[in-house]
Amino acid sequence: MTTIAPAIGQSLDRVDGRAKVTGSARYFAETPIPGISYAVLVGSRIANGRITGIDAGDARAEEGVLAVLTHENLPSIAEQPPLIPSLGGTAAPGQTFFPMQDDVVHYAGQHIAIVVADTLERAQYAASLIRVSYEERPPLVTLDQGRDQAYVPDRVFGGWLPGRVSRGDIETGLAAADVRVDTTFSYAANNHNPLEPSGTTAEWDGDEVLLHDATQGVNATQITVARQLGIPLSKIRVIGHYVGGSFGSKAMIHDHAALAALAAREVGRPVKLVLTREQMFTSVGHREEQEQRITLGATRDGRLTGIRHHKLSPTSHFDDWAEPSLGVSPEIYGCPNFDGVYRIFRANTMTPTFMRAPGEASGMFALECAMDELAGELGMDPIELRERNLSAVSPSSGRPWSSSGLLECYRRGAERFGWEGRDPRPGRRREGNWLIGTGMASAGYPVVLPPNPQRARARMYADGTAVVQAATPDFGTGVATVMTQVAADALGMSLDRCRFENGDTDLPNIAAAVGSAGSGMISAAVHSAATALRNQLIAQATGDSNSPLYGADPVDVVVQDGVMTAGTARESYAELLQRDVQPDAEATGTWSPPGGDPGYGMMTFGAQFAEVAVDAELGLVRVRRLTGAFAPGRVLNPKLARSQLMGGMLWGLGQALLEANHMHPRTGRWAGASLGEYLVAVNADAPDVDVELVEVEDSVVNPLGVKGVGEIGQVGVAAAIANAVHHATGRRVRKLPIAIEDLL
Amino acid sequence: MSVRSSDLTERGQALDERGPGPVTVVLSVNGTERSLEIEPRVSLLDALREHLDLTGAKKGCDQGTCGTCTVWVDGNRVLSCLTLALTCEGHEVTTVEGLADGEELHAMQRAFIAEDAFQCGFCTPGQIMSAVALLKEGHAHDDAEIKEWMSGNICRCAAYPHIRAAIRAVRDEAQ
Amino acid sequence: MRPITYSRATDTATAVAAVSADPTSDFLAGGTTEIDLLRQNVLHPRRLVDINQLPLTGVELLPDGGVRIGALARMSEVAATPVVRERYPLISQALELGASAQLRHMASMGGNLLQRVRCSYFRDAESPCNKREPGAGCSAIDGFSRGHAVLGTSEHCIATHPSDVAVALMALDATVHTLGPSGERSYAFDDFFLLPGDSPHREHPMAHGELITAIEVPAAPVARNSLYLKVRDRESYEFALVSVAAALSVVDGTIADVRVALGGVATKPWRAWRVEDFLIGARTVRSNFEQAARVELIEARPTPMNAFKAELAQRTIVRALDTLTGDPGRSAS
Repeated sequence: MTTIAPAIGQSLDRVDGRAKVTGSARYFAETPIPGISYAVLVGSRIANGRITGIDAGDARAEEGVLAVLTHENLPSIAEQPPLIPSLGGTAAPGQTFFPMQDDVVHYAGQHIAIVVADTLERAQYAASLIRVSYEERPPLVTLDQGRDQAYVPDRVFGGWLPGRVSRGDIETGLAAADVRVDTTFSYAANNHNPLEPSGTTAEWDGDEVLLHDATQGVNATQITVARQLGIPLSKIRVIGHYVGGSFGSKAMIHDHAALAALAAREVGRPVKLVLTREQMFTSVGHREEQEQRITLGATRDGRLTGIRHHKLSPTSHFDDWAEPSLGVSPEIYGCPNFDGVYRIFRANTMTPTFMRAPGEASGMFALECAMDELAGELGMDPIELRERNLSAVSPSSGRPWSSSGLLECYRRGAERFGWEGRDPRPGRRREGNWLIGTGMASAGYPVVLPPNPQRARARMYADGTAVVQAATPDFGTGVATVMTQVAADALGMSLDRCRFENGDTDLPNIAAAVGSAGSGMISAAVHSAATALRNQLIAQATGDSNSPLYGADPVDVVVQDGVMTAGTARESYAELLQRDVQPDAEATGTWSPPGGDPGYGMMTFGAQFAEVAVDAELGLVRVRRLTGAFAPGRVLNPKLARSQLMGGMLWGLGQALLEANHMHPRTGRWAGASLGEYLVAVNADAPDVDVELVEVEDSVVNPLGVKGVGEIGQVGVAAAIANAVHHATGRRVRKLPIAIEDLL
Repeated sequence: MSVRSSDLTERGQALDERGPGPVTVVLSVNGTERSLEIEPRVSLLDALREHLDLTGAKKGCDQGTCGTCTVWVDGNRVLSCLTLALTCEGHEVTTVEGLADGEELHAMQRAFIAEDAFQCGFCTPGQIMSAVALLKEGHAHDDAEIKEWMSGNICRCAAYPHIRAAIRAVRDEAQ
Repeated sequence: MRPITYSRATDTATAVAAVSADPTSDFLAGGTTEIDLLRQNVLHPRRLVDINQLPLTGVELLPDGGVRIGALARMSEVAATPVVRERYPLISQALELGASAQLRHMASMGGNLLQRVRCSYFRDAESPCNKREPGAGCSAIDGFSRGHAVLGTSEHCIATHPSDVAVALMALDATVHTLGPSGERSYAFDDFFLLPGDSPHREHPMAHGELITAIEVPAAPVARNSLYLKVRDRESYEFALVSVAAALSVVDGTIADVRVALGGVATKPWRAWRVEDFLIGARTVRSNFEQAARVELIEARPTPMNAFKAELAQRTIVRALDTLTGDPGRSAS
């Protein structure tokens, strides 16, 4: 592990803070583009069938309308690449289906037309004038409708995971148990709803196109759209400096990006396409409705003998997708026998997609509620039960953890929360109409590494200021801030003389920042580039007979505040470059993730604690406080890390109590396609949140030992809340969200 | 008041009708008169963003359900997505771009940075316009009140506790 | 949103005449429903007549102790008015528990009464809806109906009336004053809201072009001891699953006057007459509250998805009455 240097670990304010509080930060739709026109997508009313006719006469006749594109006149795309998670660095469409290529309708909201006009209002109104006739068939959309048609796929999650995971012998394991818990959990579908709707602007110059896109990876957009349009990568540039939240909705490249480019080419003008809020429910994927069944077996002294974890969920007609809910349950506790099975069925839906803690948040709700039940059955403290099953190695591979910290998370979390002395009996604390309860859960999130090299570039100017560059956008993670810190330390400079530039495919390639992998892989590339530049400048100085450092051994040179020092000899970067009449110096850095088998189990751990108040008469649940302790490796910027973890924990609150969507069984349309109906937490729902950082050294995952904080904050929160609700009331609610009617 | 209907009809026909094509509208935004040619159906939010290049106010839902488009009209915080631009003629519109005094940030803007009261930043202009108005309205006595009166501004990154901290800081600084 | 023309009216009679004479015109006040639903392609006026300049604002104390609320008074302004807060806590509470601070600065009191339902099938112009398109069918009855009404429904519509303050005003026997093509009219509050029956597109008895000018609330000493209790999933910025506006006065342990109205459970602001009838003269004991609530909800006609509302409404009524009688040990957290 690299020695901790001064900037890393500082709670630096966001470098883009001023731009964000003054409104001068420009998100994709806010780039002034002369001659811009506006594209509006039309979605299918029906969920299953085919289009028998489209009458766009009235729409075309509206003033200002430049084009109406449908499957009848939209040029075909070159190809639709397969669905591969965008961390892979290849094309990453959200589904293996591209609309408007024929007359078939697979799901409600499927894009069937694009209207382009000179103003937004005209495009929107013209879109409403398009008359579509359909041959309609009954859709299949809900779990209850599709249950009987489920199958076990070979692979799920874009082909990255097997459909069945097992070790040992589950039947033997469960038979050997003194105590068994067997429960089924159901989950409503969830929609990401970042506040910035997805969208793309497209501007052609000859055969080259420039896109401004709301994306977690500008390179992912570039590669995907290039394949869809059949144009060389060198002819497409994608910019995305500021992104207004994503949570997975912008992790994959959905069809609106290519459609914007196609529409712009058709009308011969730049086009801005912004999804409506309704379309954020139908056009960017979602977390699927699901059901999970957990069977736990344990000995009387609390050792797990078997974990069976099965999941049932709908997928689209095109992809075997299920969010990987069975990823943490085989890993977090030492247990010799595990059996995990995904069962999916084809439904009239678009392919579901990543949504914050995709799979971990739902899977750990089931496991951690079941563990709480098991603790109850055993008469054991929930933390004690977990500690007894702690594993020093990855249970599935037998390899040591690259780092863990889980035990420390339990202990420090419990201490901060005040867990000790908790009366385990439910329903014992009352304050007025409110029953008070506390609950806890473990958290785990796998450390995922990109499969290919990640690159960055560092440039030193002759005035002694530096720019470090990588393509990645900042969608609220704080990457621009922490990479400035990483670069400053590696270069041996003060923060105010370093700037991080990002969000543009003209900069060195970085995979999409997904799966909490962003800070680890980008810091590795930035650290590598900045270190390369420092070494290059040191070598230049020590090899230059005019430099005071001439002849010094480069390994003896230290750099601080941009000044290279060896013994008493000193020269600044600026002095070196100015003397050599060099306007700048530049180096690139590449981080190649450990390929194949790293020889370690890699996971981020944490522990979640919740206190709730339940008005049992009215069914109200209010979360009074949350404590989370997390061990995310090295923390680059505690202030920003805490913010992201806090946000994740409050997402867990929303998952537990608020967020739900349902498809109408007869029409296949979402019931709540607005923020008035799909409820996300508001300020009044959010209690104060206590975040404890347990730093652990990790020399395996990446050069700086960074494991990421984007998702782990959410994992386990819903279970901690459900367990607290049980503690308050004695009632086990085995569905999400926990609603008023579940507690009456 | 009692009026015969024929009189009403006659007087009704005299009402000036503007549009539906583009009309000239003069808006006072952040203390400056701005003239623009827009159709009557253009919202204040789209007038600001698409016609005046004031993109601080955001379009999160266009349905009055998220608060990202919050601006002030005559000092009151309102949703610009559900406000027609034409209705703002003769009224003073203030957006986040009008909050700082030149390079000098408003105290609430400074507090948002210091407390890390945002992540992606998309809701931030709306939160800040709402937060400053909240203090003026006198609804920030305690956290419970701040929570309730700031609930019209969704922050999907869920920076809520930090937003409250920023508001407390400015409130206490002013006292 | 369809193309529209815009007129700004400066006197009430002219505004009424303009809209009355043109079936394609609508009034524009706060715009929180009108602009939203225009953009959703649910409403289709050709012209909007902006009435925000009309002199229909303010809250006036009447000689008999009641108040007259101008139709264009904003929700926030009415809620903050001292005489309202003092004499009618249930009104100010209902207002401040509705919508958000921003919307309350925009929305007018008249518009609040006329706001359209939040049924997602009504708002989705692609879903069949009898209220939006008579005869098209109801998507809610076999759809996601968790938030829908259990009282006052019909086989044609089960959409819940969304207003909070209308529930409080219903409990207070308010009067709606209008000016229409045939002059001034006034409506008893209960008559102003129509049950869906077989014509759910008709929500109130006003003629096209008729404009609410004021809402009059009679003096009601009982209202000084009143509250508005709103139950919902989210702690704020959400419509009610169940709400109760209640006022109560007790003399020597028996109920001398009581007002109860329900929101979130019915197709109109629902006056709980049966609760009131049961409780007048009754003792303030919980069993009486429970019995009264049960009688009110006996005719609830829920769907499988909103069956809980009948029970929740009863419990909310009991809680409201408990709170007003200051049942010790049952204070709110």
